[in-house]
Formats: sequence, C-alpha cells, structure tokens
Amino acid sequence: MHFKDRPIQNKLMRVMLFTSGAVLLLTCVAYFTYEYYSFRQATAQQLSTLGKIIAANSTAALAFQSKADADEILAALSAEPHIIAACLYDKDGNLFAQYPADLPKEAFPPVSSKKGYHFESQHLSGYQPVLQGDKQLGTLFLRSDIEAMYERFKLYGSIALLVIVLSFVLVYFLSRLLQRSITKPILSLAQTAQAITYRQDYSVRAQKMSRDELGMLTDAFNQMLNQIQIQTHEIHLFNQKLEQSIADRTAELEIANKELESFSYSVSHDLRAPLRSIDGYSRIMLEDYGDKLDDNGRRTLNVIIKNALRMGTLIDDLLAFSRLGKQNVTKVNLDMNFLTATVVEELKVQYNREAEMRIGPLLDVEGDSSMIKQVMTNLISNALKYSMKKEKPVVEIGSFEENGNHVYYVKDNGAGFDMQYYDKLFGVFQRLHSTHEFEGTGVGLALVHRIVARHGGKIWAEGVVDVGATFYFALPTEKIASIPSNT
Amino acid sequence: MHDVDVLLVEDNPDDAVLVIRELKKNHLGNKVIHLPDGAEALDFIFSRGKYSDRKIEDRPKLILLDLKMPKVDGLQVLRAIRADERTKYIPVVLMTSSREERDIVESYSLGVNAYVVKPVNFDAFSKAVSDLGMFWILVNETPK
Repeated sequence: MHFKDRPIQNKLMRVMLFTSGAVLLLTCVAYFTYEYYSFRQATAQQLSTLGKIIAANSTAALAFQSKADADEILAALSAEPHIIAACLYDKDGNLFAQYPADLPKEAFPPVSSKKGYHFESQHLSGYQPVLQGDKQLGTLFLRSDIEAMYERFKLYGSIALLVIVLSFVLVYFLSRLLQRSITKPILSLAQTAQAITYRQDYSVRAQKMSRDELGMLTDAFNQMLNQIQIQTHEIHLFNQKLEQSIADRTAELEIANKELESFSYSVSHDLRAPLRSIDGYSRIMLEDYGDKLDDNGRRTLNVIIKNALRMGTLIDDLLAFSRLGKQNVTKVNLDMNFLTATVVEELKVQYNREAEMRIGPLLDVEGDSSMIKQVMTNLISNALKYSMKKEKPVVEIGSFEENGNHVYYVKDNGAGFDMQYYDKLFGVFQRLHSTHEFEGTGVGLALVHRIVARHGGKIWAEGVVDVGATFYFALPTEKIASIPSNT
Repeated sequence: MHDVDVLLVEDNPDDAVLVIRELKKNHLGNKVIHLPDGAEALDFIFSRGKYSDRKIEDRPKLILLDLKMPKVDGLQVLRAIRADERTKYIPVVLMTSSREERDIVESYSLGVNAYVVKPVNFDAFSKAVSDLGMFWILVNETPK
C-alpha cells in the first residue's frame, strides 16, 4: 500500500519512528566520529610517552654496548600487553636488541629516519631516537596493536544499538499514546460523516474534542450539517406542498374529465336522437307522400336528409377525437409495409381504383397498431380524395430515417393547399376546402396530429395549390416514457 | 299463447313511431306494446299497478329496451328481468344511441341478448329493426 493511502494512525506512527530514528542515527554517528579521533590521539600520545621513557633508559645500554641490559629494558615492556614488538638499533642501524626475544629478525622493519607514530592497518608503530646529549646513540622501534580501540568501539556500537532499539520501542508506545489526541477527533469526524452518508440522517452532530484546528473543522462540519438539515427540511416542505398541489390539480382534472365524459356521453346520446327523427321522418315523408310532392319538394327533403347524416358523421368524428385522449397507447412493433398495404386495399375500393400507388419499402416502428393504422388511413384517404379530380392521380408513400426517428410521408399530386393557411391545417373542424369541393368534417388531420403527438412524434406538411401536398410524420425509434393519457 | 310479441320501452315517441313502423312493414307489429319509461315497463312485466290483471307468465317474445330513460333506465329494467326466475329467459335487446364502451360491457355482464346502436341513418335503422324482429320473433326459440 502506498504511504498516502495508509490509515492516519499508521502514518503518524511511521513519521514519529522515522524522525526519532534519524535523530538517533545522526547523534550516534557524530559521537562515534568524535570518539574515534580522540581515542587515536590518546593512544598515539601514550605510545610516544612510553617510547621516550624506554629510549631514556636505553641510553646507557647502547653507550656501553651492553646487550643484556638492553634486553632487560625491553623485556619490561611485557607489562604493557598492547606492545607486540619493540627493538633497538645501534647508531649504524643494525638490530641491537629485540622484544619479544623469539620474534624472527625479518619481523622488524629496517631503521627509518621517520620520526613520530603512525597508524597502519592493524597497528600503531613508530621510531624514537635514543639520544645522549646531542649525540644519537641508536633508534628505538615500537609497535602496538589497536585491538583496544576496536574493542571499545564494539562496546560503544552495542550500547548504541541497544539505545536505538529501546528508543524505538519507547517511541512506538509513546506515539501510540500521544497520537490519539490527534487521530481520535479525525476518526470520529470521519465516522460521523460516513454514518450520515449511509443513513441520510442530517440530525447527527460530530462531537468536538479540542479547540485546535480539528475543533474548528468539527465546528465547520457541524455548521454545514445544520445548513443541510435546514435545506432538507425546506425541500421536504416544498415537496409536500408540491404533492398537495398536484393532488389538488389531479382532483380538479378528474372532476373536469368526468364532466367532459358525461358531456360527450350526452352528446353521443342526445344529439343523435333528434337527427334520427329528422332523417327518419323526412324519409317517411318521401315514402308516404313523395308522389304528392313536386321535384323541388323532394329535393328539399333530400337536402334535409343529407345534412342530418352529415351532422351525424360530425358527431361521430368528434366523439372519436375526444375518446382518443382517454385511450392508452399500447406500443408494439409494427410492420408498416403490411399495415399500409392493408389500408391501401381497403381505401382503393372506396376511392379511385385508377390512382397510381407508389409504395416504397417502409421501415418498421413501435406504435399502437390501431392508432397508427388510423393515421395511415386518414393520410392516404386524404391523398386519394384530393387527387381524384386529377387526370392521372399519383399517391406516393415512403419512409426514411432522420435523427433517430422514422419518418413516413404520403405525397399526392392533388389539390394541394396554400402554405399561408398552414396553421389551420391540423385544427379540429378546420378545413381548407369547401364541402362542396371535397367531402369532409375537418377532424381527420386533427385526429392524426393527436395520435402522432401521443406517440411522442411530430407531424408536418408541405403543399402547393393545384400541384399537390406531402404529409410527413416522424415516430421515435427508441423507447420513450409513455405520454400521460390526458393530452 | 303470447298475447304480446314485442314490448317496446322507449321514452322518445318519435323513435317509437319509427320502430313500430318498421315492425309493421315486416308484419311483426301486430302485437306490439309501447311503454314510455322503465317504471311502467317493470309494472307491466311483473303485473303490478295498472297491469295487475295481467299474468306474469304471458311473457313477451322480445323486449326492445332503450338504455337512457327518465326515472328507471334500461339497465335497471334489464337487471330486474334477469333477477326474477319467471322472466329471466325473455330475450332482451338494448337499443341505444350510445356507443360508450362501459354501457356495452355492463349490458353484457347483466345478460343482454343483443346491444344495438341506433344509427342516425334511417335506412340502416330500419334494417336493424326488421332484422331484430325477424330473428327474435320468428327464428329464436326460448324455454317455455
């Protein structure tokens, strides 16, 4: 795990251990360096003093060339265990006496004029001239091992190691103890935040444990919670109000809807009854008294009958239009080629068998089977109706894809319409042609418009007077949220 | 054994005249009784009030019932007919101007024999009436 991802307790512990370790190490290194140099100096000083004493004592032995005396003096060095070799050279540089006596002569270096003591790898050695007045009688050579120094360093090393280990243990326990004052408030803050996120309960507050920066953080956190709680409460109240007003509106709408339903019920029942009488009695008049009327009288009765029937159709269309608002859109996958072929078959019988039908391959779409069939029926029957007075009526049906929609169009070369009146095209009971020219109630396109809108689609048209009209409708291909039924 | 072939319950006298005219045209209208509302129809069917002399067992061959009538409507009359052992098998045809789905559903759940929407068009209307009369009076057999 990366250091920055470790828990804060672990992080603090590591920081403290690392810091104290670094300090201890630095202290030890400094101490060792100091000890090393001061010890070397002291050892060299000691050996030099010893050399001077022995040299002074050897003056007589060398002056009288007494080897026995010289040996005796050197043998006294056995009292100093660190001296591993010593010898006296005469003034010509020949080995005169040596210590210890059994050491081979090759072990001693030839005499050197080099004065003073210096450290070799394992030893400290040096030469001391033996003087009588100003006259040099010979030279003393001394060699001491520096085992003592290493032993001392070993001891120091062990002590330092022990101190470091002990300090680490101490630091570990102390830091465990002390870090709590920092980590505890942080952990409690983190736990509170987590609990709030988990339970969505903004009434919980973090406990303030100190007056330092963490205390400030806790205060700020709690203040933030206060604000959230207030805002949540306000949102809740607002939602309640909203729900209430929605419920009120729904109730109002339901009442309005009921009224509308009973209205359309009355329309369908009560408006049709008088029409039936007008039609029925006019026909009785024709049947029973037709022979007593002249042509004009009979024509008059036929006009009455025709208009009563037209009014009946109007009522039926209007009811179909209002019923559509209540009907649910049940979407299934539609084979538009099959659906269109069926519609065309039905309509060709009713309208113009001579019309040329150009039906391109049509894309499938999701939609309410009976509603989309109604759309196709109305558009194609319009196309046939408005083109039937042409010499060569042509109706073209096709589809294409555009912006994720499937667009269908029905094009004719009929009467067309003036784009100036486009805004009236899809209105209920709006007609751009007189009944005298073309039959119709003015509900068909309004119905089509409503169905397409209920499917979340779009309808539009292009027209030129006496050249023809094209009606397009686009249906979404992806599934969309179903449109509420009261549209 | 029937002294009534068709009982026509219709509040609109103009419609009633048209229906009776059509029945007569098809020689089905000899024994037609026309009553103007549901309350009187119930009195007639169950031999009550001014019809207490009548025997309930003299069932009409067919009842043509308008749906929407003042006081007692067609569905209530139908419910009463179907609830009584003595009258439950009488063929009842509802004739109405309404194409409302809920009316059709309720009529069938109450056990109507047919539901006919009165067309505005007289030709269609007269054909509907004569077809109904032909079938229910001349063709159909009911339990004795």
